[in-house]
Amino acid sequence: MKYFFKQRVLLFFHTWLFLLAFGSHAIGFDQYEEARRKMVKAIEADVRETSFYINRKSLDPRVMSVMGKVERHKFVPPSEQSWAYANRPIPIGHGQTISQPYIVALMTDLISVDPGDRVLEIGTGSGYQAAVLAEMGAEVFTIEIIEPLARKASERLAGLGYNQVKTRQGDGYYGWEEEAPFDAIVVTAAADHVPPPLVRQLKPGGVMVIPVGSRFLVQQLVLVSKDSAGSITTRQMLPVRFVPLTGDH
Amino acid sequence: MDRNTANSRKDLSPPRFTILLVSAMALSYEILLMRLFSIVQYHHFAYMVISLALLGYGASGTFLVFFRQQFLRRFPVVLIGNILLFGITVVACYLGGQHLLFNPDEIFWNNRQWLKLFALYLLLALPFFFAANCIALAFSRFRQRISAIYAADLFGAGLGSIFIIGLLFIFFPQKLLLLLGSFIFSIAMVAWLELRLQPRWQALLFIGAAAVLFLLPSAWTDLAISPYKGLSQQMRINGSRIAEQKSSPLALLTVVENNLVPFRYAPGLSLAAQSEPPAQVGIFMDGDSMNVITRFPDDVSRLAYLDKLTSALPYHLKQAMDILILGAGAGSDILQALYYKTVDIAAVELNPQVVQLVRNRPEFSGNLLDRENVRVLIGEARSFVSGSSKNFDLIQLPMLNTFSSTAAGLYALNENYLYTVEALQEYMQHLAPAGYLGMSRWIKLPPRDTLKLFATALEALERLGTQDSGNHLVMIRSWQSAFLLVKKAPFSPEEINRVKEFCQERLFDLVYYPGMRRQEANRFNILRQPYFYDGAVSLLGKEAGSFMKRYKFNIKPSTDDRPYFSNFFKWRTLPEIFRLKGQGGMVLLESGYLILVLTLFQAIAASLLLILLPVIARPYAQVSEAGWNRPRIVAYFFAIGLGFLFLEIAYIQKFILYLGHPLYAAAAVLAIFLVFAGMGSQYGQAKRVHIKWPVAVILGLGIVDLIAVNLLFDALNWLPVPVKIFSAILILGPLAFCMGMPFPLALTEVGTDAPDLIPWAWAVNGCASVIAAVLATLLAIHFGFTAVVLGSLTLYGLAAAIFPGRYKLKGGRNTTG
Repeated sequence: MKYFFKQRVLLFFHTWLFLLAFGSHAIGFDQYEEARRKMVKAIEADVRETSFYINRKSLDPRVMSVMGKVERHKFVPPSEQSWAYANRPIPIGHGQTISQPYIVALMTDLISVDPGDRVLEIGTGSGYQAAVLAEMGAEVFTIEIIEPLARKASERLAGLGYNQVKTRQGDGYYGWEEEAPFDAIVVTAAADHVPPPLVRQLKPGGVMVIPVGSRFLVQQLVLVSKDSAGSITTRQMLPVRFVPLTGDH
Repeated sequence: MDRNTANSRKDLSPPRFTILLVSAMALSYEILLMRLFSIVQYHHFAYMVISLALLGYGASGTFLVFFRQQFLRRFPVVLIGNILLFGITVVACYLGGQHLLFNPDEIFWNNRQWLKLFALYLLLALPFFFAANCIALAFSRFRQRISAIYAADLFGAGLGSIFIIGLLFIFFPQKLLLLLGSFIFSIAMVAWLELRLQPRWQALLFIGAAAVLFLLPSAWTDLAISPYKGLSQQMRINGSRIAEQKSSPLALLTVVENNLVPFRYAPGLSLAAQSEPPAQVGIFMDGDSMNVITRFPDDVSRLAYLDKLTSALPYHLKQAMDILILGAGAGSDILQALYYKTVDIAAVELNPQVVQLVRNRPEFSGNLLDRENVRVLIGEARSFVSGSSKNFDLIQLPMLNTFSSTAAGLYALNENYLYTVEALQEYMQHLAPAGYLGMSRWIKLPPRDTLKLFATALEALERLGTQDSGNHLVMIRSWQSAFLLVKKAPFSPEEINRVKEFCQERLFDLVYYPGMRRQEANRFNILRQPYFYDGAVSLLGKEAGSFMKRYKFNIKPSTDDRPYFSNFFKWRTLPEIFRLKGQGGMVLLESGYLILVLTLFQAIAASLLLILLPVIARPYAQVSEAGWNRPRIVAYFFAIGLGFLFLEIAYIQKFILYLGHPLYAAAAVLAIFLVFAGMGSQYGQAKRVHIKWPVAVILGLGIVDLIAVNLLFDALNWLPVPVKIFSAILILGPLAFCMGMPFPLALTEVGTDAPDLIPWAWAVNGCASVIAAVLATLLAIHFGFTAVVLGSLTLYGLAAAIFPGRYKLKGGRNTTG
């Protein structure tokens, strides 16, 4: 019995060594690719479900293609990598999270980024949203207030080759005056009000998107639009399909 | 050690003082844990964890069913051992618990969180388990003196509630944790002396151990506040520093300054605002819920942002001479009133330490609270209004709590007497003839509290006999906040024009004004449908009742009998929300209410296990058929366990409004109940009272109180607080006195019929108490506190019927150990 047990341990150890030496990269690569495909499918399903509120049946194919491309697992801590592509927010330390993929896709779609657009992001976090915007062809300026997060995200984005993303550590309340105005602004950390300097740094015709709620649950998405005359309106949408009264609307 | 065993001391009297102290410490620990977990986590979570930890009492009874004989043979050693374990676990289990880093927000995604939660329950139940062992062992050891022990237990708990509230004013909670641990170690010394153990000098060792525990390095007990709470997030920002901290039973207040990245708090600020607030200092309550002290600028135009808030609306309708602010906080609304040159400003604040923190910064705040035209009154807002004879041009209820906690429905369990129909009636009665009542709320989507507030105001207006209530209401909203304005007289066309201008300039939306058309709604902050307008109009229509019924959230007005303004939960909506889970639909979940239900289910399941375990393990234990058999014990002790707590909780709530302070009312009522019940326990056995008498008095007084207590409160409301407390003793004392009898009378009989079942009866009672606390809140949410009182009276009636007949006829009997 003892001998049998020993054999099992040795066999397990050898298999593990083999995988470590040759297999893990290939297996991991396939897994993540497949996981990303599934994630995109999950996002598509959510969008169909919520079409009433978000006023669209599907998202821009470019957004979906980028969501299937950006390696989300490289933006989460190693301990969380196994569910990096699950359609849920994930803690990244320092009391911050990486948003649910569906919300990232929706926010990216809402600001309809074109290649060459200048986009300001307040709250870099892991850098995932900035990477998605960069893949869309935007020139991204991103500010993070928490120093270690800012440093790590900056290294990560550079390491992954996102050179069109400019990072900065500091207070996002006053935006990025030198680089203003922006075609779009993404505020990933909801404040109790929209800072007036950010409204000023938005180009006429530009949009700003703000997720409102807690770190883990987005209660509503607020889209602030500035028209060509400089007038401001907001559109508020629930990210879920829910009508307070059925049958009446 | 033989000389210290129980057999050598058969003539000993029960260690009553020890039991009193153990019980006092257990109750103190319960309140302290609530404080600690409200700081490191959130209070709703603290409520659930601590409710379940109290099952340690039930577990103790079950445990002793199996080990009673062995423990009784070595009673003194086991008692002191349990006291010491109680002391150690009080400190160690809390520290272990807070470092588990449980995150309730992740529970729907991450299964590890369930494991952590379970571990937390077990850890926190341990101290209560050891404390309960001491009491249950004493019951078993001194069967003939059960009333005396129960009285000591109740006295102790009563004193403990006052003791801990006093200490919470002096010590920070983390230091108090060590202090409690040390106190408990010292109880071991009391027990040693009370049990007359030898050598007596050894008792001093416990004092030594207590001193060592108290002097543990303070870093060991640092609070591990959740990284997702506002204070933790703020402290990660460069330049943030804690300038000052104050603690009381109401809250831990942390003042944070940051010169690098200043605070800028202006909830509901218009998108058209050009300027931001001047420098601010943040005050966090229990590590979250932020308030700010704003620098009083030399140039008042720097306060222009105050004109861009939804709450500025009433100032644009009429120059207010007298304003009353209910909930001054750190003074933001006082600042707004000053900005508009209000002549006389009165502000009520419950927490005196918040006011002190502002006063400590006279230069920064521009002596805000001590200006000639500002009066700050410490007290509970509602009771201040009802005691005031003055009428005001404007009464403002500012935005309270943080946005995210409001959004998650975490306040569902909080009794809130500020937003009931009766409260709004009272505010309106204190308005000048053309005065306004203004109330701010965060916006929730789909609309919940805004519509509930609208419905509440409508009902209050109707109860005051107002014709065409719709003409007295105006509501506006920004993308984030809503503001409801109620006017005592109907709004004039001129005022309506000003409301429109005010909104147009600030990009705020009109939700409702008398005569508004649907196309005027939903202009600047656009929703898929004008939900707010549609809701308000439906509430004004003839079909309001059916609208509220069909609406997916509970928006029926809350009343003083059912004061749960923040509970919007409807069971009907739950399946739909669960189907939307994948999309993040859990944000719609009114989690406060569900946590209550979850707590109840867990408590019932754990109780069943604890109660049934001894029955399964020893199905053939000898029990008397006619007297106290197992079904009778379960039914009786469950009924009185539920009954006692139901009455206690219902009266705490009733007296909050009368005594005018949630904390002091709870402490006073708890102390009155427990001390008088303790006296009743002593009296019941000494006089061999028949069970039917105390139950008859409980039923009689309970019914009289139900009918008369509100009238009595109205008549006595003018009295000073000490006299009110005295009247509370007169009202509650006799009731509590009788409520102290049923438990010891029955347990003494159990001790005669089936002594092995004493711990089991204790377990049943312990489990019932836990279930009762949760069930009482649930009943109050659905049926009101009157129903809770009636439920309790029924349970006491049932208990009397269950009490074995032969004893009823004999009128109790003298038991022998």
